Amino acid sequence: MLDVNCSLQRGSFELDAVFTAPARGVTAVFGRSGSGKSTLMSALAGLVTPRRGSIRWDESVLYDAANHVNVSPERRALGCVFQDARLFPHLSVLGNLRYGFSRARGRPQRISFASVIELLTLESLVERRVLQLSGGEKQRVALGRALLSQPRGLLLDEPLASLDAARKDEVLPYLERLRHELGIPIVYVSHSFDEVVRLADHVVVLGDGKVVASASLPEVCIDPALRSIVGERVVGSVIEGQVVRRDAGDGLATVRSGALELRVARTGASDRIRLHIAADDVTLARERPRAISTRNVLEMQVVRVEPSADSLLVHLARGESNLLARITHSAARELDVQPGIECFALLKAVAAYGRRPDRGAE
Amino acid sequence: MILTDAEWQALSLSLEVAALSVLLGLPFAIATAWLLARRRFFGRSAFDALVHLPLVLPPVVVGYLLLVLLGSGGTIGGWLRQQFDVQLIFTTGGAALATAVMSFPLVVRAIRLSLESVDPGLEEAARTLGAGPWDRFATITLPLVLPGILAGAVVAFSASLGEFGAVITFVSNIPGETRTLPLALYTALQTPGGDAAAARLAAISITLGFLGLITAEVLSRAVRTRLGR
Repeated sequence: MLDVNCSLQRGSFELDAVFTAPARGVTAVFGRSGSGKSTLMSALAGLVTPRRGSIRWDESVLYDAANHVNVSPERRALGCVFQDARLFPHLSVLGNLRYGFSRARGRPQRISFASVIELLTLESLVERRVLQLSGGEKQRVALGRALLSQPRGLLLDEPLASLDAARKDEVLPYLERLRHELGIPIVYVSHSFDEVVRLADHVVVLGDGKVVASASLPEVCIDPALRSIVGERVVGSVIEGQVVRRDAGDGLATVRSGALELRVARTGASDRIRLHIAADDVTLARERPRAISTRNVLEMQVVRVEPSADSLLVHLARGESNLLARITHSAARELDVQPGIECFALLKAVAAYGRRPDRGAE
Repeated sequence: MILTDAEWQALSLSLEVAALSVLLGLPFAIATAWLLARRRFFGRSAFDALVHLPLVLPPVVVGYLLLVLLGSGGTIGGWLRQQFDVQLIFTTGGAALATAVMSFPLVVRAIRLSLESVDPGLEEAARTLGAGPWDRFATITLPLVLPGILAGAVVAFSASLGEFGAVITFVSNIPGETRTLPLALYTALQTPGGDAAAARLAAISITLGFLGLITAEVLSRAVRTRLGR
C-alpha cells in the first residue's frame, strides 16, 4: 500500500494529498497542469519535504513529520524518470546505466543488466554518447537507468510530455511492457488521460488542491463526478483481454475478454491488450442490424440508465463484462431503453485504445 | 633572444609565484563559488561584495591591507610568526598570497558561472539513484564544473603574472625572492641603461599573456564540446 497523507506547498499553491493506492501495478496520478502532480512526485521521491503529514510505502515509513522521519532520496530506493530525462552528459549511455546499478546499496539484484537492455532494446544505444540521442531514446535510457538501481518502485513524472506524437508512440509500448513484465509498482504522473488509459490500474485524480478521487481505472472512467476533470471522451469501459486470433487479411485481431469477443484494429504486437471503449463510440440497437460496416455487434443487457442534461449513459453487461453507451434522449425514447432489456451494442473495430483517428495509424 | 641571469630569475620566479598562487587560491575559490551559487545565508551579499573587492580596489591598497594584517606587526602576521615561525612579508610565499588575493574574484567568477550552468536536476537524479552528497559532488558536479575550474585557473595564472601593485607593496622588490616580471621591468626602467632589458622583459610578459589567453580559449572550447553546447 502506498499511503499518503500530507500537505505540500509550492509557492502560494498548496496541495492536500490524502490517498491510498495499491503498491502494485501502475498507479497514475492525473490532473491538469498546475494541479500539483509533479510536486507530489517530488515529495514521494524525497526531493521536496512536505509541510506536515506522512508518506508510507508498504512497511517503510518514508516521511513522518510527527516522528521526525524523512528518508533522504538516496535511501528511498525509488527509481525516478523525469520529463527531461536528465541523463548525465559527461557519461556515456553505459556509464549512465551503470550509475544506479553500482549504487544499489546491497539491495538484492533482481533486475539484471541484460534483462533491462533487452526489455528496452538498448543494445544499439549503449555505445552512443548521450547528446546524440533523440528524446525517445533518452527516455528509454533514463528508464533503464532507474530500473538498474534495483528500486522498490518507479516514479515516472510525465516521461512522455516533452516528446512529439511519433516519439510518444515509440516509447509507450516500452512502458506497457514494463507494466506487464516487471513486478515493480509504478507511479505514473501525467496530464494526458490517453496515457493513463493505456497504462494505469489505479488512478489518483488531483484537482482544486486536493485528491478528488483514488479508484481503479474502470471506476474512474464511469464516475460522473470526475467528468469535468477527465473529460467526456474518457467516459467508457476499460477492457483487458487476450488476442486469440489475428486476421492478416483485414488487419483485425480477435480479442476475448470475459464474455465478450471483439474484432479490433491497431492492436500492436502483444497478446495481452487493454482496450478503452468510449461510451461515445458505442451505438445501441434493439434489433440485430444487417449489411452494416460495424464489425462488432454484441448481445448485451441493459443494467441501468443514467440520464444527464443532454444525453443518457446506458450501462450494459454480459456476464462479467461491462460496456457503456451514450445515446440521446430521443433515441432512448424511440428504442424504449429500460433496465433489463436485451439489446445489441455496436462498436467499430477501428475504435481501439481510445485513440482518435487523427493520431495516425500504427 | 638571450636573457640575462636576472631576467631568467624574474621569469622563473613569476611562473613559480603564479603556480603557487593558483594552487593556494583554487580550493578556497571552489568552496566560495559553491557557497555563493548554491547556498542562501545571512550576509550573502556582503560576502559576495567582499570576494569581489580586490577587483575594484587599487592593488596598492590591497597590498597595504595585507601588510597591516599579515606583516610582522599585524594581528594575523604576528600570530603566524609566534606559532609557526612563518613570515610572509619579503617572501615568495607572500608574493603568491598577494597575487592569489588579487586574482581570487576572477577564479570565483569563472567557477561560479560554470557551477550555475550545471542543471541541478542532474544532481537530483543522482540522488534518486543512490548517490550521497560527496559522491554527487565528485561524480556529477565536479566533472561538469572541472572545465570551468581549469579555465578560471588559467586566467588567474595569467593575471598573477601581471600583478604589480599588491606584490611590491606587500613583499617588496627582492631579486630572486619577490622580483617577478612586472617588478623586474619597473626596476629596469629605473636603472640607467636598462631599456634593452625592459624591452626583453616586456616581450616575455606579452608572450606569456598571449599563451595564457589562448590556453584559456582552447580549454573553454573543450568544455563546450564535452557538454554539447
